[in-house]
Amino acid sequence: MSIWEYANPKKFMQTSGVVLPFLVVLTVAALVTGLVWGFFFTPEDYKQGSTVKIIYIHVPAAMMAINAWAMMLVASLIWLIRRHHVSALAARAAAPIGMVFTLIALITGAFWGQPMWGTWWEWDPRLTSFLVLFLFYLGYIALWEAIENPDAAADLTSVLCMVGSVFAILSRYAVNFWNQGLHQGATLSMDAEENIANVFYVPLLICIAGFILLFLTLVLLRTRTEIRVRRINALMARERMG
Amino acid sequence: MIAILIRDMALAIRAGGGFGLGLAFFLIVTVLVPFGVGPESGVLREIAPGILWVGALLACLLSLDRIFALDYEDGSLDLLATAPVPLEGVVVMKAVAHWVTTGLPLVLAAPVLGVLLNLESGGFTWLVVSLLLGTPALSMIGAFGAALTVGLKRGGLLLSLLVLPLYVPTLIFGALAVTRGAQGMATATPLLMLAGITFACLALLPFAAAAAIRVNLR
Amino acid sequence: MDLRVTDLACARGGVPVLEGVSFALSGGHALFLRGPNGIGKTTLLRTLAGLQPALAGEISVPPDSMAYAAHADGLKATLSVAENLRFWARVFGTRGIGHALERFNLVDLADRQAQNLSAGQKRRLGLARLLVTGRPIWVLDEPTVSLDVDSVHLFGQAVREHLEEGGSALIATHIDLGFLAEELELTPFKAAPRDLEDFDEAFA
Repeated sequence: MSIWEYANPKKFMQTSGVVLPFLVVLTVAALVTGLVWGFFFTPEDYKQGSTVKIIYIHVPAAMMAINAWAMMLVASLIWLIRRHHVSALAARAAAPIGMVFTLIALITGAFWGQPMWGTWWEWDPRLTSFLVLFLFYLGYIALWEAIENPDAAADLTSVLCMVGSVFAILSRYAVNFWNQGLHQGATLSMDAEENIANVFYVPLLICIAGFILLFLTLVLLRTRTEIRVRRINALMARERMG
Repeated sequence: MIAILIRDMALAIRAGGGFGLGLAFFLIVTVLVPFGVGPESGVLREIAPGILWVGALLACLLSLDRIFALDYEDGSLDLLATAPVPLEGVVVMKAVAHWVTTGLPLVLAAPVLGVLLNLESGGFTWLVVSLLLGTPALSMIGAFGAALTVGLKRGGLLLSLLVLPLYVPTLIFGALAVTRGAQGMATATPLLMLAGITFACLALLPFAAAAAIRVNLR
Repeated sequence: MDLRVTDLACARGGVPVLEGVSFALSGGHALFLRGPNGIGKTTLLRTLAGLQPALAGEISVPPDSMAYAAHADGLKATLSVAENLRFWARVFGTRGIGHALERFNLVDLADRQAQNLSAGQKRRLGLARLLVTGRPIWVLDEPTVSLDVDSVHLFGQAVREHLEEGGSALIATHIDLGFLAEELELTPFKAAPRDLEDFDEAFA
C-alpha cells in the first residue's frame, strides 16, 4: 500500500496539512541561510566580480525548472495508468511553479551574462533551451485552463506532457547543434562548476536544498487548493442537479 | 482508409481556398520581410533560408484547426470513431490530406519565393529537399495539436501555442540544411535529423492524437 | 444479433447519470428509450456505441454489429448524395450503394450536392447512410427531430422494413413513429447522488 495511500484525497489532505508547517519552516531556514551566506559571506570572484553570486539563485532555479517538468511527467504517467486524481492535480499545481522557476532562471541568466556579453540577451544554447522550456510550460498551463471537463483536461494535458517531454529533449539537442553550427567560439559558459571553488560550494548546496523545499512546499499547498476547488465544484454540481 | 484521404482532399478543393490560402500567406510573409528588414540583398541572402522556413511553418499553421473541427461539428468524427477503421489511421490520413493541400504547394512555391529573397543559387535544391522532408512533420505535429483542441471553440490560438514549440527542432534542422547547402557545406547531418524527426512523428504521434480524439469525444 | 445490457452505469462529464440499466434486444425487434430531457438517453446511447466508457456493468454485443446515428448526420454539404454514400460504404466495407439509393428514392438525386437538398431529402440521405453501413443493430438518438410528418412516416417505414429483415433498432425519441414496440422508461435508473458525508465523490 505505502505511498499509494496518499492517492486518497482525504488522506493526502490530512498528511499534507500536518507536514506543511514543518516544510515551511525548513524552506525558510534553508533559503535564508543559503542566500545570505552566499551573497554576503563569500569572497568575490576575481574574474566576474560580484555578479557571479547570482548563481545562488540562477543554478537552483534552473535545476528546479527541469525537475518540475520531470515531476509533472511522472505525475501525468501515474494519472494515465492508475487514475489517481491527486496525481493529476499535483501536476497541474506544479506547472506554474516550474514556469516561474524557468522565468527566474532566464532573468538571472540575463543579469549574469550582461556584464560579460554587453547585451541583455544572447542566444546561448542553454539559455535558449530554457526559453523553449518556458514555451512548453505556457502551452501546458493554457491547455488545462481551456478544457472544461476536469478528467478530459487531465488526460489531454498528460498526453501533451509526454509528447512535450520528448520534444523538449529533442529541442535541447537541436538548439546545441543550431548554436555551435554557425558560430564557433564565443561559447560563453554558464557552467557553474567552472567558477566554483570550495568556498562557494556549500552555500550553493544549501540554496539548492532550499529551492527543492520551496518547490515541495508550493506544490503541496497548490495541490491542496486544487483538491478544494474540485470539491466545491462537485458540491455545486450536486446542488444544480437537485 | 484511402477513402478518407480522397474525401478530405475533395472537400478542401471544393471549399475553395483549399490550396490557395496557405500559398497566399506564404507569399505575403515573404514579401513583407524585405519591407521590414530593408532591401539590401546581402542581408536578405543571409536570412532567406530562415524566412522561407518560418513562412512555410506559419502557413501550415493556418489550416490546422480545420483538420478535425469540421468533422467534429457535423458528427462525422463520432461516426468514424465507431466505424471499423482504426482512429490512428484516420489521423494519419487527415495529416496526409493536410500535407497534400498545404505542405506540398509550399514546397513547390518555395523556390520562386527564394528568388525574391536573393537565396544563394546553391541553396535552392536544399530548400526543396528540406521542405519536402520537413513539412510532413509539420502536418503530423499539427494534427496532434488539432486533436488536443478539437472540442474547443476558437481553439486556433491555443493550437498555435501548443504546436509552435514542437516545431522548433524541425525548423532548426530544416533551415540549417538550407543555410549550409547555400554555402556549399555538407548538409547530411541536418537532413538526416530532419528525416528522422519526420519519420518518428509519423510513426508515433498518430497514437497520441487518436488518444486525444477519444478523450474529446467522450 | 443480440444486444444484451446488464447493470450498466454511465456518466456525463464525470457525474453518474444512470445506473443499473438492464435490457435485451434481439433481431426483429425495436426498443424505444423514454424519459425526460437530461435523464441520460444520449449518454446511454453513446456509451453503447463505444464513444464513452461505462462506469460499471456489461454490454454484450457481437463485434461490428452496431450503427450509431445522432442528429448530426455526418453528411458533407459539398459532396453529392452518391459521393457521401460511397464514402461511408467504403469506410464500413460494404458493397455498393444502389439498394440504399433505391430504397429511399434518391436515385434521381444521386449527383446533387447535399447542400442543395430539401430537409426531407437530407433526412432520406441520412437514412440511406444508415442502410449503407450494413449493420444489423441501429442505435438512434432522436432521429426525427425537426422533421415534418411525411418524413417521420418515411422514417418509421424504413425502420419497420429493417426489422422485418431481421435487424433491430434502439431508438431514443419522444415522437410517435407510427408503430408499436417495447418501451424502456429510464427514470427508474437515475443515478442516486452519493452520500453527502463522503467528500471523495468529487473524485469519483
